[in-house]
Amino acid sequence: MEAWFSLLVSIFFTVAVYLLLSKFIIRVLLGVAILGNAVNLLIFTGGRLTRAVPPVIAGDADVLAGPAANALPQALILTAIVISFSFFAFLLVLAWRAYDELATDNTDEMRVAEPVNEPAPPLGY
Amino acid sequence: MAASISPPADLSAALVLTPSMASEWLVILPVAWCLAVGALLVMLRRSLGLQPVTAIAGLAGLVMIDGLLLERVATNGPMTMVMGRWLPPFGIAFTVDLTGALFALVAASVALAAGVFSLTDINDSGRRYGFYPLLMVLMAGVSGAFLTGDIFNLYVWFEVLLISSFGLLVLGSEREQLDGTVKYGFLNLVATTLFLVATGYLYAVFGTLNMADIARKAESLRDSAPLMTLVGLYVLAFGMKAAAFPVNFWLPASYHTPRVVVSALFAGLLTKVGIYALIRVTVMLFPVEREEMSFVVALAGALTMIVGVLGALAQTDFRRILGYLIVSGIGSILAGVAVGGPGGVGGAIFYALHSMLVMTGLYFASGIAMRLGASASIITLAGLYRRHVGFAALTLMLCFAVSGLPPFSGFWPKVMLVKAALDIGAWWLAAALLLTGFLTTIVTGRLFLFAYWRDEADQSGEAVPVSAVSLAPLAALTLLALLIGLYPDPLLGAIQRAAAGLAEPSAYLNSVFPAGGSQ
Repeated sequence: MEAWFSLLVSIFFTVAVYLLLSKFIIRVLLGVAILGNAVNLLIFTGGRLTRAVPPVIAGDADVLAGPAANALPQALILTAIVISFSFFAFLLVLAWRAYDELATDNTDEMRVAEPVNEPAPPLGY
Repeated sequence: MAASISPPADLSAALVLTPSMASEWLVILPVAWCLAVGALLVMLRRSLGLQPVTAIAGLAGLVMIDGLLLERVATNGPMTMVMGRWLPPFGIAFTVDLTGALFALVAASVALAAGVFSLTDINDSGRRYGFYPLLMVLMAGVSGAFLTGDIFNLYVWFEVLLISSFGLLVLGSEREQLDGTVKYGFLNLVATTLFLVATGYLYAVFGTLNMADIARKAESLRDSAPLMTLVGLYVLAFGMKAAAFPVNFWLPASYHTPRVVVSALFAGLLTKVGIYALIRVTVMLFPVEREEMSFVVALAGALTMIVGVLGALAQTDFRRILGYLIVSGIGSILAGVAVGGPGGVGGAIFYALHSMLVMTGLYFASGIAMRLGASASIITLAGLYRRHVGFAALTLMLCFAVSGLPPFSGFWPKVMLVKAALDIGAWWLAAALLLTGFLTTIVTGRLFLFAYWRDEADQSGEAVPVSAVSLAPLAALTLLALLIGLYPDPLLGAIQRAAAGLAEPSAYLNSVFPAGGSQ
């Protein structure tokens, strides 16, 4: 099970990196979304994958009866999902605003902050 | 997965029902305080006059809390606070040692200076956009990152400070800012995601997220687990956050676009959080792996220094020059991390603290210069010395400090780093440090020569008064830089103890796991 998941996660990472290397912001955004999911699946795999028993401790016991999935990574993923979702929402609005304002979504042409033809610094006065 | 082979833990030891002592709350108070003041500021969003007053009072309170915390930690050693009495490694622990307390205090002081400076820099529309609440939440994130003892918690605080920094960066939504924020936003999000990837692997290997627990277990797992991969991922993620070569180009693309006070805050805080996390993970948690990676980190540090300062030489915009100087300073800190030992790590911590104060001060100076000269380019800026002698003197002192010239704060960390590099025979690293110092002197010298010393073409420019409110934080930071330079003993002593505490974290472990702890 873990091996298949590792393969899936690696595919996610490949796709994400490929999209992140694009110069069009909309593709980079898709890459960010996929990257977030890749990480979540990675943490999920790190916490054991099993369908055997739910990680619930019986009333008269101190420890789990059998092998069970670790519940903590799921709590971590929950946090990470909330965070990455909010960031994705922010970046989506930012990208739209930037497209609106700068009239391009090509990062090669976004040179407002770093103009192409900046004069060289003075050599003497 | 290592977690499956570990024996069932004795949970009864983890749950203690005695409440936390009141003094322990001091550890978490900086974060809670910032969040509370931030919430208050959100409630006060309509009364624009009250906002700056509340925020400055809140930041002054934060400085006092952090000062008290530093004093406690310096006398009693590391302190730990556990939420809900779930003891580590199960519960989330806030652990503060001397390194964290020092960073937190300097960060709070820088933020207080920025709060005062913002009185003249943030207009009503900036207040309406929520500058002050975002500032407090940023400080909550920064303090949380410095004080937490749990690596996933560190990730959460990174995200808290990241989202508020996005808000501060686009404050005003000008075209330039949107452009800068796009680059800053995407690259920083990728960096924190890398951090999360590393943390996911870390949990899979160690089965714990508590830093003290990781430091204990690292020794036994060294042969069986791919720790080098883990540390490599962490170094890449934190290096990206700290703007180390070759992943540094988001910083000069974005730091000159927002309001001056926002640039100044970022210059003081954000890259230093990355550096702090790098020091914490490599020096304290994985010292053996740090040793093995030291050549790569040293090379990255030397290249960061040189690329940063050469970038600064090629710029004409006042704030972009400073942006590249931040990058070059990060290189010096990385060199210290790479060299290791008390001299290297101590020098890195010292340099980081010095850089927080001085770079923030220089950004304040750039703001005042832009107001005085109505321009940001050193081609057109001129005659600032004639317009305000005192301001020019303060800037010159900061220029000396950032170049590492005595008697200012930049001198001592540079001496420590060069000596530490020579001690291990890394002459090329020492040479890079000295060359960077020399080139930085040229950069700041040229900046001063053109913008301040040169006479204006037309002498008609009348004197623009500089308000005391914007000069005061600049003067305070300059004075601190001068004081540290003239009388470095107390800070140096604290930093040496902090570096020793990172190298030999038994006091840190004892604070988290009193009397040996569970397992």
